[in-house]
Amino acid sequence: MHLPSGFFLDHAWLIPLIPAVSFWLILGFGKRFGARAAYCGIAALSAVWVLAVGAVIQWIHRVNVADDGKGGTVSALGAFGRSLARAEEGKSAAVAPVIHATTWFQNAGVKLTVGTQIDGLAVMMLFVVATIALLVHIYSFEYMRGDRRFTHYYAALSLFSASMLFLVVASNTLQLLVGWELVGLCSFMLIGHWWEEKPNSDAALKAFLTTRTGDIGLLCGVIMTFFVVQRATGTGSFDILAVNNAALSGKVGHTLLLMCAVGLMFGIIGKSGQFPLHTWLPDAMAGPTPVSALIHAATMVVAGVYLGARVYPIFWQGFQIGNSHVNFMAVIGGITVIIGAGLAFVQDDIKKVLAYSTISQLGYMVMGLGVGAWTAAIFHLFTHAFFKANLFLGAGSVSHSGSHHSFDMKKDMGGLRKYMPQTFWTFVIGTGALAGIFPLAGFWSKDEILATAGHGNYKAFLIVGLVGAFMTAAYMTRCIYLTFFGEYRGGHSGEHAHGDVAHGVDDAHVHGVDDAHAVPGFGSHDDGHGAHEPHESPPLITVPLWILTFLSITAGWLQFEPGLHLTKFRDWFQPRVAFPLPGLFSANHVATIPDVKFSAGLATISVAIALAGVGLAYLFYWKRAYGQDAAAHNALLGAGKKFLVNKYYLDALYTDGVIAAVKGPIANAAYWVNQYVIDNVLRTTGRVATVVARFVYRYIDQRGVDGIYNGTAVVTGESGGLLRKLQNGRLQEYALFILIGVAAVALALAIRF
Amino acid sequence: MALNQFLLLAAFLFAVGAYGVITRRHTVLVLASVELMLTAVNLNLVAFGAFNNDPVGQVFALFVLTIAAAEVGVGLAIVLLIYRNLRSSDPDDVDVLKG
Amino acid sequence: MVAQNIAFGILAAIMVVGALRVVSTNNIVHAALWLVTVLAGGAGQFLLLGQEFVAWVQVIVYIGAVIVLFLFAIMLTHAPMHPTGKLNNDMRLWSVVPAVLLAATLAWVLIAEWGNDKIHLLRPVRTAEVGTVVFRAYLVPFEVVGVLLLGALIGAVVLARKD
Repeated sequence: MHLPSGFFLDHAWLIPLIPAVSFWLILGFGKRFGARAAYCGIAALSAVWVLAVGAVIQWIHRVNVADDGKGGTVSALGAFGRSLARAEEGKSAAVAPVIHATTWFQNAGVKLTVGTQIDGLAVMMLFVVATIALLVHIYSFEYMRGDRRFTHYYAALSLFSASMLFLVVASNTLQLLVGWELVGLCSFMLIGHWWEEKPNSDAALKAFLTTRTGDIGLLCGVIMTFFVVQRATGTGSFDILAVNNAALSGKVGHTLLLMCAVGLMFGIIGKSGQFPLHTWLPDAMAGPTPVSALIHAATMVVAGVYLGARVYPIFWQGFQIGNSHVNFMAVIGGITVIIGAGLAFVQDDIKKVLAYSTISQLGYMVMGLGVGAWTAAIFHLFTHAFFKANLFLGAGSVSHSGSHHSFDMKKDMGGLRKYMPQTFWTFVIGTGALAGIFPLAGFWSKDEILATAGHGNYKAFLIVGLVGAFMTAAYMTRCIYLTFFGEYRGGHSGEHAHGDVAHGVDDAHVHGVDDAHAVPGFGSHDDGHGAHEPHESPPLITVPLWILTFLSITAGWLQFEPGLHLTKFRDWFQPRVAFPLPGLFSANHVATIPDVKFSAGLATISVAIALAGVGLAYLFYWKRAYGQDAAAHNALLGAGKKFLVNKYYLDALYTDGVIAAVKGPIANAAYWVNQYVIDNVLRTTGRVATVVARFVYRYIDQRGVDGIYNGTAVVTGESGGLLRKLQNGRLQEYALFILIGVAAVALALAIRF
Repeated sequence: MALNQFLLLAAFLFAVGAYGVITRRHTVLVLASVELMLTAVNLNLVAFGAFNNDPVGQVFALFVLTIAAAEVGVGLAIVLLIYRNLRSSDPDDVDVLKG
Repeated sequence: MVAQNIAFGILAAIMVVGALRVVSTNNIVHAALWLVTVLAGGAGQFLLLGQEFVAWVQVIVYIGAVIVLFLFAIMLTHAPMHPTGKLNNDMRLWSVVPAVLLAATLAWVLIAEWGNDKIHLLRPVRTAEVGTVVFRAYLVPFEVVGVLLLGALIGAVVLARKD
């Protein structure tokens, strides 16, 4: 049967092109544009949004035609409405993705293409990226007003949108890799937007380098996808569809698939902030808040999850998700859920709370993929994008108009609900969605992940998910309490409205310290920051907030199963070909994803757990049920808090353990182990440990270990003195040695030969 | 014609070039010796191309030629830079690697 | 066949002498000019093998451009234009060892492996064939080499610039 395609599906290449053009325009005419750079970006993103929505509607039409078995006689829009109204059991007729590809280059028989592969997953992602990018572009116009690199900001934002959309529509893994690196670059540029302060540029570098660490694995994985296809069909290819088919064909050895999956998983760990490479994401909050909302909450960080979903059969077969009880992916996701949620408890910076929350939620998605809940994980990606962007933009609104550009909840916020009612309500609804309160968006998606985990072999991860849900509810309640309730603690604004670097990284720049560099077209900013009461943000900020709030409420209803029997997300966006789904790919050796029904019992439990989290936090913060500062009095709580405040010592491990050990001589490393690790163990494990450690320090370390290191140093020094004579700086003598070596090796080989 | 006559000539040129790289006391002449070695490589490539009746040998010789040209360009620029800084073109005077 | 072998012999003799003079002469300018004879001999060998295009490229690029660059560099570094006794360093004897070792090893392997192979030239390789191969199968390496050249060009300018 012929399935209708349509303009928007066929010309998806326009979608990344438009923001790219906008980027070049802003880059080329930035000086002349001034504030108008924003119009350029907003116009481009509006066009993209129209194209994305068109693509969604036409895709739904295509799916409906396939399911109804009729030719494409109805209009796309009519089909959309009809499809919403129809409430029947989901069908899953095969629907091929719309693929258009052209040869990029070919070399010695290997043909590489570039093109677009539009399917349910891609159109869903297009909609998410386009919507949030558009709202962030609008929001930034107010938020970044008067910034000295305003045009630069918009150029980077446009480039980011282009790269992200390019990544989404990519028809092969190589192209996906290009988009992946481009978004990483944009992330680097935008985190370091205010690079004059050392912490900001450090954070940008850290984000870039940490994700690059994962990208090494990704590169290996992408290269291996080529060979996966080669094993299956004889000709190698990077095409996503071919890769998926090959992975499921049963002709590829498990070892190759496993290595490929592990390689790609490293990429996901780096990009999507999974344990143990999650440490860059909180630091990335040094960038402007709209950037955090767009890049570090809604879109770029989910690129890893998107990759996982795009070539899911590789993971499915490589990790044997269908018939195992535990696997790499699920474990990483599960650890991340708990670790992120734990860290969110002890942050004073509102954006860091949200950053750790994002890490935790990304953990849910990866865990969902790992336990076989493909649809649920992607559904969570979908809803999370809206409510987390909502929360981030809410935090930005608070700092913009409420707390004088500080993000410190304890110092500069509190009691803001009276001053900023709109921000308050949108934030509360976003929090509800994040905590998974019925009937907000997060409830549906999180519940579906839990249901699938509990249904299959992965019962242990159901527990992890529930614990995570409890913690999420509790730390978000704490965050709301500190921000919006209690007494307003800001007030002393005069000191940090202008150029006080110590207070909040944003301060100095949003209201340009250096007016000489202000963008022409703004004039000087005179909105009188310095001595004013907190007030509600202007409409350019609140309107995007309300739009996102609306989506945070309703986005989950696509899967409103109890009563209404809606399974639209699954029907529309689940892949219809080459996937381990029942009925679609019936090869005997491929286990399929179970189709899990909504479970009212589990839903009740998870909501109850979330409410328990809220309630506990309420008792703790409002009622002070455990005393003024429990952590200060209770030793166990104190130790736990210290552990969390130090981020499980992971950062310390990376900078001091890995980097310093590589940099410094071995003796230094030994010293560090004694001084730092043993010190910390001392502090955290009490007196018995103290005695033991002292004993170790005094007798073993000082006499035994030091002796060994001193001996090593002496030997090294002596042999170095001898070898030094060879290093006389005569280049040609070096060449002589090299050549003698070469000749000797050649001779040796020749003799063997 | 035997294939070997070309290959042996190339081997000789290569060895002479290697000798020159080590012994010459002027950086320009060191580079000239490198050119000798590269020519030897080219001779090999072209000879095998002719032996197999395949133009690919020639193509690779072209690539080597191009890269040799790039190498000479950068190399001589470095020679000039060294000369400007040290007032010498003797490789022995460039001894900051001394341990 | 015989004519070709005689031509080879003459060219090879010129190249051997030229190469030895490049590494032994005491006059820098002479060394550069001896290099010309070696390279020209190489071009002659290419012609003998029926590989016209690369032969002419060798003439244009090497003899035309590279040697001129060499002469410029000699001039700009104020090298002595007359014979000097100090053009070889004190490692002369030592460096003979790897050179001879290398040549001997190569000769041994070559004779053992390719001792009896003859080159049967069907016809000269036409430039069009070379072009087809370059722009079909080896397009990407070709582009990469182009970028490399550009990089070298910029690098040379930056390095040699006076500032």
